[in-house]
This record gives sequence, C-alpha cells and structure tokens, in this order.
Amino acid sequence: MLGEGILKGLAETARNFFGSYVSKDRLTTIQFPEERAPRIEASRNFPFLVYDGTDPMAGLRCVSCLICEKECPPKCIFIEKSTDKKPDAVGKPQFYPSKFNIDVSVCMSCQICVEVCPFDAIKMDNAFELSATSRFDALLFDKQQLAKPNEYYHEIHPTEASEVDAALAAARAKAAPKPPPPPAAPTTETPAL
Amino acid sequence: MTPDTIDQIFVITKHWLLGYVPSALQPIVSAILSVVPILVVFPLLFAITTVLERKGLGRIQNRYGPNRVGPYGFSQPIADGIKSLTKEDVIPRSADQVVHFLAPLLLVLAAFLGYAILPIGRNMVIVNLNAGLLYFFAIGSMVELAVFMAGWSSRSKYSLLGAMRAVAQMISYEIPLVLASVVIIMATGSLSTVAIVEQQAHYTYSLPHWFVFTPWGFAGFLLFMVAATAESNRSPFDLPEGESEIIAGYYIEYSGFKFALFFLGEYLGMFATSGLAITLFLGGWSAPFSFLTWVPSYLWFFLKLLVLICVFIWIRGTLPRLRQDQLMNLAWKFMLPMTLINIFTAALWHFMPAGILRWIACTALLVIPCIALSRGLKQGKKLQVRTYRFAE
Amino acid sequence: MTVIFLILAAITIAGTAAAMSLRSAIHCILALTIGLVGLAALYLLLGAQFVGFTQILVYVGAVAILAVFAIMMTQGPGKTIQPILSTNWPAGVLVATAVFAILAWAIHSTPAHSTPTQPDVSVNQIGAALMHHYVLPLEIMGLLLTAALIGAVILAMPEKKEPQ
Repeated sequence: MLGEGILKGLAETARNFFGSYVSKDRLTTIQFPEERAPRIEASRNFPFLVYDGTDPMAGLRCVSCLICEKECPPKCIFIEKSTDKKPDAVGKPQFYPSKFNIDVSVCMSCQICVEVCPFDAIKMDNAFELSATSRFDALLFDKQQLAKPNEYYHEIHPTEASEVDAALAAARAKAAPKPPPPPAAPTTETPAL
Repeated sequence: MTPDTIDQIFVITKHWLLGYVPSALQPIVSAILSVVPILVVFPLLFAITTVLERKGLGRIQNRYGPNRVGPYGFSQPIADGIKSLTKEDVIPRSADQVVHFLAPLLLVLAAFLGYAILPIGRNMVIVNLNAGLLYFFAIGSMVELAVFMAGWSSRSKYSLLGAMRAVAQMISYEIPLVLASVVIIMATGSLSTVAIVEQQAHYTYSLPHWFVFTPWGFAGFLLFMVAATAESNRSPFDLPEGESEIIAGYYIEYSGFKFALFFLGEYLGMFATSGLAITLFLGGWSAPFSFLTWVPSYLWFFLKLLVLICVFIWIRGTLPRLRQDQLMNLAWKFMLPMTLINIFTAALWHFMPAGILRWIACTALLVIPCIALSRGLKQGKKLQVRTYRFAE
Repeated sequence: MTVIFLILAAITIAGTAAAMSLRSAIHCILALTIGLVGLAALYLLLGAQFVGFTQILVYVGAVAILAVFAIMMTQGPGKTIQPILSTNWPAGVLVATAVFAILAWAIHSTPAHSTPTQPDVSVNQIGAALMHHYVLPLEIMGLLLTAALIGAVILAMPEKKEPQ
C-alpha cells in the first residue's frame, strides 16, 4: 500500500512512546546520582592503602619499602620513611611511612604499584566521585585519606581480598614461632645395653 | 459567568481597559493591548514546546527526556534561557557586522508579524484584513531573506551552503503551500481569515463543517502540513540545519542569544503556519461538536495547536531526513501536480450536486493521481552502476 | 496621517539612496529591499491592500531573493570591504536628480483634479475584473510564465551525453 512505511513507522514510535510509560524495562537509563550502575569486580580507579584492625595508622600494612614509589611510571607516589619502627600485625618492628602521598591528578591507574607491593599494602580502589574544587591541593591524597580498612577491601573486591587474606594467613602461620614440640612420648625403642 | 462571558473575557477586558484611556490615544493603546498578549503567549508556548519536544522525542527513543530542572524537567526552558543569555556572543572577525546582527531580528520580526491575522477566538483577531491570507504569505517570504542574510553574513562555506539549500527548499515549498490554501479561498470566496473560520463554524447533526472533512480539504490539509514542515525547516526536511550533516548550516556562526532568536523564529514560524492550517482547514476556534460550544473558543484553538505540535514532534521522531534532491523532487514533481489537481477537484465538488456521487468522484480524482505520481516517480529510480566523470 | 507618510517616505528614500551608493552588492540589494518594503507600506497607506501585499510577496519574496542568489553565485563570500560608499556615488546622485527632475516636471504639468475619493477596491473585485475584463492579458502572462519556466528547466537540464 502506498504510504505503508510511514504509517508503520508512526505506529512504532507511538508504541514506543506509550510503552515507555507502561513498561519500565523499555527505559534503560540509569538515573545517576540516585541510582548507580553495578560495577564489575575488577573495576579500578586510584590506589588506596589497606589497614588491618581498627586503628588506621597503627594497622597500615605498608612498611615503607619504597618499591611502589620507584616503579610508578608517572611518579605520582611520594613516600617519606619514618625514623622509628613500630610493630606490625605479627609483632615484628617495622618501618612505617610517615608521609604517603599520591597525586591522583597524575595517577594513570596502571596498577603497577599494586603488582609490585610485596606486603599487599596498596590495592586499587574503585571510587570515582572524587571531584574537588582545587586542582592541586585537593587532588593530593595523603595517608589519612588513602587508608581504608580491610573490610572495605572485602566489599569492593571480594575474591581478591579473600585470596590475599588466605595468603597472608598462610605466611603468618609459617613465620610464627613454632610451639614447643610436645614432650616426647616414651618410645618403644630398646635401650642400648 | 455565562459561557459567553468566559469566551469573550479578553475582548471585554480590553474594552474595559480602553475606557480609561483618553480617546486620542485609544487607537494606539488598542493596538498595544492586542499585540502584547501575542508577544507573551507565543514565546511561552515556544518554551513549553521545547521541553515537550525533548521529552517526547526521548520517550519515543526509549529514554527519559530532561528530568532534572523543576518538576519532571518542565523548567528546562528557564535553564536554557539563562544559558543562551549568558553565553559569549562570538562574531567572526570577517563577518558582515550589520547584516550578521540584523538577520535574526528580521527572522523573529517576520515570524511575529504572521500572527496578526490569526483568529485565536471569536472576535479575537488583531486585525481583520480583507487580504489576510495574502498578507500571511507575503510575510512568510520575508523569512527566506532573513535565512539568506544569516548564511551570507557569516562568510563561512558551511553557512553559505546551508543558506543556499535552505532558501532553495523554502522557495520550492512555498508554491505548494500557497496552492494548497487556494482551494480554501475558492471554497469560501474570501481572503479574510475571520470569514473563513466563520464559514466553518456551522454544524449539521452536531458535526462541524470543517473543510478537512471534505476530500479536497483533507488532501489540501495534508499537502499544507507537508509544505509547512518544509517551510519551517523541520525534520524530515531539516537538511539546511541538519545537526549531523552540516552542523547547523546557516546559523553555524551564531552563538548565545542570537542562536536562541533563530530557534525562537523557527518555532514561531511553525506555530504560525500551524495556526493558519487550523484556521483554514480545522475550523479555527470552532468546537468539534455542537454540544461542546460552551468551551471557550480560544481553548479550542490552543488545543488544536497542541495537537498539531504533537504531530510535528511525532513525525520528527519517526522519519529520517530527506536528501536535498529527494526534497526538491517531492516539491516539484509530486506536490505541485497534486495541489493543482486538488484545485480542480475542489471546483468539481463545488459544481456537482450534493450526494454520495461527488464524494466518490472527488476521492477517486485525488487518490488515483496520487498513486500514479508516486509510483511513477519511483519507477525512474532503478539502481544503476555508478559512473564517474572526472574533471578535465 | 502625514506623520506616517513622512516616516515611510523617509525609510523608502533612505533605502533607495543607500542602494545606489553602497559598495558591496549584497548591501545594495538589502537596502533596495528596505526601499521596496517602504513602497509596499505606502501602498497600504493608500488603502490598496492587494497591491501592497503582492509587492512584498513578489518583490521581496522573489525578486530580491533572485538578485541575492545571482550575486551569491557569481561573487561568492567576498572579501572584507572597507569603504562603505562606492567610489562613484556622485554619478548616482546626478542620475537620481535628473530622473527626479523629469518626474517632478511631468507630475506638475498634468492638469490637477480635485482630490479623488479613495476607491474601495476589494480583492473580490480585482479577481472578478481579471477573469472578465482582463482575461486576455492574464492568459498571455500565464503563457509567458510557462515559457520562462520551460526555458529554466531546459537551461538546468543535464546535457545528453553522446553515446560513447
């Protein structure tokens, strides 16, 4: 029929229009900031420092080995090693970072610092709502802003965090001083006569 | 408050206000009092239409429209207005300063002048010209000059190209526009819009005498609406301002308030031609059924205008853009013959005695050439092997 | 009434004076358009509605567009032109004065009637006259326009390629 294409098109758009009020699954828009799209587990944005326990400064896993600072490609990590030592999670006295700054306006989220850290102390965060009003001061994150608890790490990357926890627990079990062996049971070996 | 008082409330208010003015100043105050409501109402309608269009197009495309500013996004025009007022006015250094400045003004002026002869309600027309329809088409031809001025003065290739296309399109579609309304002039014997509406405001068995309910009126209405869509550069005829093709064409070098003025002028032109279509074909301010005449006449006019605007938005969301040559072919090879056949059919209707025979004859006389023309135009479009001709 | 006439006359004269003395061709045409609109307004002042609106429809809507198209096609988006007035504006003034003198003498030397009553010609009457009295000139004009249209189509048609 002449004009059929136009009429079918008009019917289609009318169906779209009225259907969008009736069935909600026609509208795939996610209304940010009221709703958020679900993130996949491997999403990452900028690094953060993991701490165990409740005290952010005492429980920091970082021992200020400075490997991440050396490996960072755009050199956005600035660490100052402390002069004294404090005990770590196992009890061994370790250095700690007196200053740990990351310039997130420079950081390119390459994750190299995470890959080289031998202590599982720095991991990738996925918070992206980091708008600030100043370009230089507010985008330099210091130790207080970077320290986040291990529970938070479990929230954002559950699989990774479980693996890290298991590895750390195994390492601590191996490193812990062995308990004294139980007194030897009287053996049945014949005494030398 | 009788229905008649509510219907004539604006006229009564105006006469009451005029009573307070000394009689020497009465003509000019009367003119001001008639014009100011138009200057207030139609830009407001423009604001509502922009947000309706964005939300409507959004829903058609399975997404929300703007929904952040105000309740459900309906204060979006306020935000748009503030944005366009505070944007920096960038004028190219090599642009023709005077012409560049005057082009949007001329467009908006021509668009506003078109409302002078539209009867918005019973006894509510700004000036009842004897040659009202001719005045409307004369004003419409000033719009093309404004478009050309805008494209020329920017001294940029894209704007000049856009202006040439736009003027060619508007000139081509002006002829079917005028010829489609010639049928109405023939039927009513008058060029005055008030007389045309009054001839349609009668009812037979509670059905109105609108001209759209006759075969030639219906065909004329369709042709008029297509030509009106092309005259206001609206999708699917918006190649001159196609955002994805020529980046806004003839008003590419305009920013800020002047861009908003172009937008305003284009939409006002759309409202004016819709208003004229309502006046000529859809019975102006008259109610659809005789038992609904208690509703004020201006409400009917604006209701019909809203329906036509929704149809415009609907078509914009549905049809793809026409190419320039497809546009011109449609105007000259299809619509011009159809309007001429329509005139002939209307004459036949006038001279045949009333009855089912003239319905059949006129409908056949319109439908058969329509089908023949469209099939005939499609015949020549066989896909051919492309040959290239290189410049020597 | 005379105030309106003076204003419209001033606009018309300014427009046409600018049309003869401006340098850029597009500016001349736009100024001429202002003059033509002023003329249409003068027709409306005299009560000739049909002629006034047809003046706008034909001159502004068609002739001016034709002229700007011609300039646009031939000159292109031109160079920035510094001086506003053209260099031979005295010649324009001279010609205008000469034409004015001749017209003024012609108008003055016609015998003056008393002020005629304004004829009330409606579009109906113009239409009726065109169809009864002046139908032959109407048909001849139609023929002329058809010939022009056919000529335009022939000019714009692509040339037939010779069979290779």
